[in-house]
Amino acid sequence: MSQLMLTYSLVVAQALLELAIGCGALRIFLGPRAQDRVLGFDTLSVNAMLLLLTVGIRTGEALYFEAALAMGLFGFVGTVALAKFLLRGELIE
Amino acid sequence: MTRLLPFPIVSVCLLALWLLLNQAVSFGHILLGCVVALVGGRILTVLELPPVRVRRPGVILRLLGLVTMDIVRSNLAVGRIVLGFGRRQRRPGFVEIPLDIRNPYGLASLACIITSTPGTLWVNFDAQRGALTIHVLDLVDEEEWVRTIRDRYERHLLEIFE
Amino acid sequence: MKGIEHLPPWAAVLTAVFLLTGAAVTLIGSLGLLRLGTFYERVHAPTLGTTLGTVFIAAASMICFSVLQTRAVLHEILIVVLGIVTTPIALTILVGAARFRDTAERAQPAEPQDK
Repeated sequence: MSQLMLTYSLVVAQALLELAIGCGALRIFLGPRAQDRVLGFDTLSVNAMLLLLTVGIRTGEALYFEAALAMGLFGFVGTVALAKFLLRGELIE
Repeated sequence: MTRLLPFPIVSVCLLALWLLLNQAVSFGHILLGCVVALVGGRILTVLELPPVRVRRPGVILRLLGLVTMDIVRSNLAVGRIVLGFGRRQRRPGFVEIPLDIRNPYGLASLACIITSTPGTLWVNFDAQRGALTIHVLDLVDEEEWVRTIRDRYERHLLEIFE
Repeated sequence: MKGIEHLPPWAAVLTAVFLLTGAAVTLIGSLGLLRLGTFYERVHAPTLGTTLGTVFIAAASMICFSVLQTRAVLHEILIVVLGIVTTPIALTILVGAARFRDTAERAQPAEPQDK
């Protein structure tokens, strides 16, 4: 019974997180200005990290944790690089 | 001590990071983690950072508790705003707050606290005037925000860092 | 390695509740990205997912794997710390960039656009 509940809630949680990723993607497409698109990218990468953790629980595979960690780090570095680019127009000074 | 371990807090964090990543507390991993911690601490000296002095661990714990409580509370508040409950006139806006704290680590901690609390956002700090600008999602009373930041966070950070 | 069907009932229920709460909080935050009007309001939205959303989902993962492997699996703490430390930095730089662009545009309004 409780196992069934966990299986269903894993599917639901995955769907919710995919919707959240969709929101980020929509903001990247809509974003009236460049900073909105960067913000959408940041949200998308955080949500993708959480989705990877959820997939890890579902499959019981501990390796997804490393993928989530890498996703979070790349999202952070990417956001900072894009924001720097908006600030100056060039990345390496 | 200072030659071998210029940044003791960073080195301890690096060792903890190594052990957590490897999920093992064996002698070999502790040895490797110590090497990582020592080398990492030495590399940081190249950046010529000002020395860190952290005092009063009790105050740090109290501040952590306060921040956790505020994060949970403002999560609920922002969630309500996004979903559109209690639809009254909401006014977002900028607030200017005079600060006494000048320690760069204290300011960095304050920036992290303010930005990671949903509903408030660190925008700019004018070092000459000592004026901090934050953006607030639901601005009811400017005076109250000035009081919140100064009494709740800045006072504790001053005790810790200065 | 054992799968989730070997979890005892209390752990399964706890994992499910934490997962759903975390995912719902994250979704609400991301919805704010679409529903709020201006850029400075929208920057507040993703912090919901990076604070409570991450904490809940990491807690679910910690409970699940700790019970399955019958030892304390704590490395999800790293993800929580990573989220709480890095997001403010990224958002603060982004807001600084946005403000810079806004003031730069306001400074020369009569300048003709490139395209």
